Amino acid sequence: MPYQARLAHVFRRRQALKRGARDALGSPMLVLLAGMLAYGSVAHQQGLDVWITSLGSVFIFALPGQIVMQEMLIAGAPLYSIVLAVFVTATRFVTMSITLIPQFHRRDRGPMLYLFVHLVAMTSWAVSMRAFPTLKRAERLPYFAGFAFTVWLVAFPGTFLGYVLAEDVPRWMGYGLALINPLFFLMSFAELRAKVSLLAVFLGFVLGPITYAWDPATSLLASGFIGGTLAYFGFEHLARWSANWREARRT
Amino acid sequence: MSTAAALLTLVLASLATYACRALGVVLSSRVSNTGAVFQWVSCVTYAMIAALTSRMIFMPSGVLANVPIWVRVTICLLALLVMVFGRANRLVLALTTGVMLVSVYAHYWL
Repeated sequence: MPYQARLAHVFRRRQALKRGARDALGSPMLVLLAGMLAYGSVAHQQGLDVWITSLGSVFIFALPGQIVMQEMLIAGAPLYSIVLAVFVTATRFVTMSITLIPQFHRRDRGPMLYLFVHLVAMTSWAVSMRAFPTLKRAERLPYFAGFAFTVWLVAFPGTFLGYVLAEDVPRWMGYGLALINPLFFLMSFAELRAKVSLLAVFLGFVLGPITYAWDPATSLLASGFIGGTLAYFGFEHLARWSANWREARRT
Repeated sequence: MSTAAALLTLVLASLATYACRALGVVLSSRVSNTGAVFQWVSCVTYAMIAALTSRMIFMPSGVLANVPIWVRVTICLLALLVMVFGRANRLVLALTTGVMLVSVYAHYWL
């Protein structure tokens, strides 16, 4: 590559990195901050250690997994079942990474990805999927890195502050912060377009409390496998059935 | 539970989460994201996240347990309405609606 072209390339990538960081500074950062604050304050109420809680936000960096770990730790569940449950809630990262990484430039898909992939989370994934089509391939990894790293930086201070300030913030504010988590996931379901995914969400939603009443430790795993499998196979049947029904009505 | 045991749990839970992310990197070159396995796994994932969300609304572990269930459900439905019918910034608007309603309820009735 000629010297000037290389310079332009480096400049474009740096611009993409900055753009990602800038995009993170708006509502994505606020949602994550509120989530971490609420998580920190709930952990305080449940009597979990402040460092375990805050470091969890840095190294797990996935609120559902952290909440599962926290609840099972409090309930005194055995270690293997906690790790398994956290692993199971994290399986969505497999699919998230699989859909994200092929969009990067071929040269960006090296060993460094194993570092960047830690930053894959609900927010960074959703925003990147929306922004990538407007970016050149070589700009996508810098954009993702800029966005996700900026958001990740909020995790520790957010959780720590939430924990420390748990008793100082007005009581009513604690309620608001606690509701953001379920609301955020609920809202992300509202953005789903694929009907089969919506069916899976509906079944999981119904099965969640039922399986929890039956056995809290395996609740998520059971709801996921039963609900997801029923949705996957049931949707095909439903589609075929409704097609047949329409055909019968026409003739 | 002792701090050492909690720390061990944290380390293993972090590794388990990272393993999923790393597995995504390994598989990203092989799995087609239109295949049957991918579809099924994604259904299972959605059902799992939905189950967790449902539990957070119907069986909350923290302060939300003090809010009556019908209030929780009504607030969630109202926020969902804002999300479905909103235009620009609807996510922020929906979250703000839910958070403000529950805060007002907690301030005056709890």
